[in-house]
Amino acid sequence: MSWDWQVFCEDTLDRQAVPGCFGKGGDITYLDWLLSAWGWTVSVSLLALVLALVLGAVIGTLRTLEGRRVVVGLCNTWVELFRNIPLLVQIFLWYHVLPTIFPVLQGVPGFVLVVFALGFFTSARIAEQVRAGIQALPRGQRYAGLAMGFTTFQTYRYVLLPMAFRIIIPPLTSETMNIFKNSSVAFAVSVAELTMFAMQAQEETSRGIEVYLAVTALYVVSAFAINRIMAFIEKRARVPGMVAASGGGH
Amino acid sequence: MKKHLLAAAITVLAASSAFAQANDTLAKIKSSGTITLGVRESSGLSYTLGNGKYVGFHTEMAEHIISDLQKQLGLAKLETKYQPVTSQNRIPLVTNGTVDLECGSTTNNAARQKDVAFAVTTYVEEVRMAVKASSGIAAIKDLNGKTVATTTGTTSVQTLRKNERAGGLDFKEVYGKDHADSFLMVETGRADAFVMDGSILAANISKSKNPADFKIVGEVLSVEPIACMLRKDDPAFKKAVDDSIKRQIADGSLAKLYDKWFMQPVPPTNTKIGLPLSEATKNAWANPNDKPMEDYAKK
Repeated sequence: MSWDWQVFCEDTLDRQAVPGCFGKGGDITYLDWLLSAWGWTVSVSLLALVLALVLGAVIGTLRTLEGRRVVVGLCNTWVELFRNIPLLVQIFLWYHVLPTIFPVLQGVPGFVLVVFALGFFTSARIAEQVRAGIQALPRGQRYAGLAMGFTTFQTYRYVLLPMAFRIIIPPLTSETMNIFKNSSVAFAVSVAELTMFAMQAQEETSRGIEVYLAVTALYVVSAFAINRIMAFIEKRARVPGMVAASGGGH
Repeated sequence: MKKHLLAAAITVLAASSAFAQANDTLAKIKSSGTITLGVRESSGLSYTLGNGKYVGFHTEMAEHIISDLQKQLGLAKLETKYQPVTSQNRIPLVTNGTVDLECGSTTNNAARQKDVAFAVTTYVEEVRMAVKASSGIAAIKDLNGKTVATTTGTTSVQTLRKNERAGGLDFKEVYGKDHADSFLMVETGRADAFVMDGSILAANISKSKNPADFKIVGEVLSVEPIACMLRKDDPAFKKAVDDSIKRQIADGSLAKLYDKWFMQPVPPTNTKIGLPLSEATKNAWANPNDKPMEDYAKK
């Protein structure tokens, strides 16, 4: 097996190696294409992550409200709906089925639909973790907050959530790394991200092993970068003596 | 450590030279009494009906080749093993000896000829586009400002890119994950045209809800000779396969096969593909050759 890494320096039209490996004047080399594909992967993942974190935090919190059965029921439905349908099926529903029901969606680019699909899917998982984090706290915490004269909102804002979020940082780290890996389904609705690049470039160049290795490396780099960022946040947010912060506070 | 590496290298070398000596497919078929035929699961020329049954124009032609081989080798019985292959694994499977003869929808091009050999061309694929009959699109120049679909992992993506650049056109490309997906995009109006091999377009149109709503239009964007693939440097086997194909062309049985698979209702849905024999394919049959795709582009 001989390697041929030169393949990334080739022009995508005539397959001539370009000096410097970056195309000039509108020409595109496989390296240019690879980097742009990485850009798409990162954009899809980060936007979906923001959406998932916001929605997940809100829905997860609402699920722990006491005495609000309708709200809790709605949020539970949301979680079960998005958690129980395979991601790829959800993507197809967004791309092919919903636009036939709501014609407005036909003009929406695949990229936006993927961000929503991936964001909602992950929000269900994050909501479940947020709920678990809040319910892991002793019930006395909530009552102590209310007994102090806090409203429900204040109890959550100043007592429950600061601790719950610190508890769930480790599973959240896995979730944020998963979103990068799950973003590969975007190729199915024509987003020119890394997986699509891999499938297309290996067909055009017949250098599948080099192409897949490069793409794998970029996935690893992206997921690991997120891992390090989350580790940094975990460290900075640590409060000495608090539950879970000391590494097993029970 | 170095010694180990050296030993490993020598073993690999010895193994590969042994393999090179054993590159006599006819002898292998004769001694084992079996031949492994590479087939496709879903391509216009070779596809499966499920339950390990493989059919199609190229599959049936390959079965005729195999019965000719059996006669030539004087074997009382020759067992055919069907090995489904994909675009990604077909070349490695042929070079490593898993598959003896692959008759699917492999384009004969110069890059592949470095690794494998091809039998004479039996089908010439023309890349064109399918559009909605009501769209008014008739040529590639009408695509300016439109959305064009094609399938990820096919050479048509490259063809499309070249045409966009050469024609100074500006259209949006969308990629389906498979042919059915790309066709669905045209059906649902997400894309205005689907650029792909003519036989695939015809098959998708014939399977759609209303075949009359779609038509294949425009100039031929790329011409690709499709041929059976076999191992390189095995002239005896290549000659045997080529002779069988030439025999099938000469006695008209290949033309009959074409009629059966493209003009008559075919399983599993019993619909007609309705793609008449093209001039390019006729020419290939009139002058059997194994020229790569690049030679077609020159003229």
